[in-house]
Amino acid sequence: MQINVLEYLERTVARVPDKLAYADEESGMTFREVSRAARAIGTFLAQEGFSREPVAVFMRKSPQAVAAFFGAVYGGDFYVPLDEEMPRHRIELIFQTLQPRIVLCDAATEETVRSFAFSGRVCRYEDLAAGPVDDAALAAIRSRAIDTDPIYIVFTSGSTGVPKGVVACHRSVLDYIESLSEVLRFDEDTVFGNQSPFYFDACLKELYPTIKFGATTWLVPRQKFSFPIQLVEFLNAHKINTICWVVSALTMISAFGVLDKVVPRYLRTVAFGSEVFPIKQFDRWRRALPDARFVNLYGPTETTGMCCYYEVDREFSPGDTLPIGRPFRNTEILLLDEHNQLAQPGEPGEICVRGTSLTLGYYRDFERTDAAFVQNPLNTAYHELIYRTGDIGRRNERGELEFLSRRDAQIKHMGHRIELGEIEVIVATCEGVKSCCALFDHDKKKIVLYYVGDLTPAALTAFLKEKLPRYMLPNVIEQLDTMPLTPNGKVNRVELRERYQARRR
Amino acid sequence: METLLSILRDLHPDVDFETCTTLIDDKILDSFDIITIISEIDSEFDVAIPADEIIPENFNSAKALYALIERLEDE
Repeated sequence: MQINVLEYLERTVARVPDKLAYADEESGMTFREVSRAARAIGTFLAQEGFSREPVAVFMRKSPQAVAAFFGAVYGGDFYVPLDEEMPRHRIELIFQTLQPRIVLCDAATEETVRSFAFSGRVCRYEDLAAGPVDDAALAAIRSRAIDTDPIYIVFTSGSTGVPKGVVACHRSVLDYIESLSEVLRFDEDTVFGNQSPFYFDACLKELYPTIKFGATTWLVPRQKFSFPIQLVEFLNAHKINTICWVVSALTMISAFGVLDKVVPRYLRTVAFGSEVFPIKQFDRWRRALPDARFVNLYGPTETTGMCCYYEVDREFSPGDTLPIGRPFRNTEILLLDEHNQLAQPGEPGEICVRGTSLTLGYYRDFERTDAAFVQNPLNTAYHELIYRTGDIGRRNERGELEFLSRRDAQIKHMGHRIELGEIEVIVATCEGVKSCCALFDHDKKKIVLYYVGDLTPAALTAFLKEKLPRYMLPNVIEQLDTMPLTPNGKVNRVELRERYQARRR
Repeated sequence: METLLSILRDLHPDVDFETCTTLIDDKILDSFDIITIISEIDSEFDVAIPADEIIPENFNSAKALYALIERLEDE
């Protein structure tokens, strides 16, 4: 029985050592090179006494960063992907939670890492990856490892202003990768075009099947996603046949008529998720790629990536929503109503996930973990956790799951999961801001911020750029003289929404 | 030009669009900004920017973008 994700890599290295594993425009690494670098990093961590602890990886998004991730796992540790796109304030908050004793960087990021308020060691990837490999030491680490040991932590937006670190273990990742590969039919000939940043669990879809099958992953440069023709040309230049992207990256291509000019002709599997796919745009993709499979994926970070899928098998009309379908193998979805009973067919209920794919919860945060990972209320006989997603769904007349809405102020924007409360907490910390309220315009997909205070919107924007990741920055900022309040003194969101609608007209 | 500058300032009130010529090179504009700019230009100028004009050179500065709009208006 496989109990460690590195067994994927080891089997593949033995089979196709010189095949290209990960590549970007600057460099590529074969499986042998990935394995060599990862084992050297693992050896270093073991020799220096870093064991069962977080290894922060703050590197340029590159093949080498992937090798660093596996290096942390070889060392018996778990990796925490960080990125230069994250603002300093957020990284420092993450460090407060993690208390990492070591950060791996590269030539491009070293200066930034050294400027953080951080007392641990800073090591260059280039130095460690070129170091010696002690396979006996690595084997000793492996012999003590079990499949519920953590592999990674990724941070997700938290409504209190502090990001939550979701901890995933070998078992949940293996369960996810096996199920996902079955559904999307990955194999050795799969050539992935990765879109997701490494600091989201979404990149598991490419990184792990690559070592499982001996496939290849191309890291698509971020800037290509602004220029759709260049993006399609990149896919064609590298014969990319499989993409798992956020919907907004796909509609960027279809909305500007790019598919009429140039077709990503090698694509055979197009998976997407995290957002509603407008049917008009979806139909353009289907017409351009009549032989490709299109699969809608759904799942929260807390259940290791995705947990439901729907392969599009029929026509939809504009205004329809693609279902999220059914759970992966070895996962069950419970729709629970407000009385914690199963919702009747067609009736809404909270989407709750049961299965091995549940992660270990939030790092150093038992309170928030225990609020979301709870005893299955339908089971009064033995311990059994489910994860309460906070998403509301229902089963349609075909028995397929459909996503309806959120229970709280969490939104999806450009594929990112964002708590509006986190934005408000950060805005409130800005000197000169008296009160604020963040809304989401679901039609135009814009985050709208209203505030009362002495500073200009430009000054507030400059402040927020230091504190919030780019995808959380409000798209519209408006200053108010007074904040409208409800009779019991809360911010009147309804009135603000009306005001915003009026402004748009 | 003033209309275009106001579209851009709405997105990034802290950027000096009259002088900046590295909006793409310095990652000031991201894909969401590009989509927003194209759709705002469509509604304000009634100019549809075709896919093959959505290239970095046309978006690196307000000046380049304005030249593109004028060129498309003439066609």
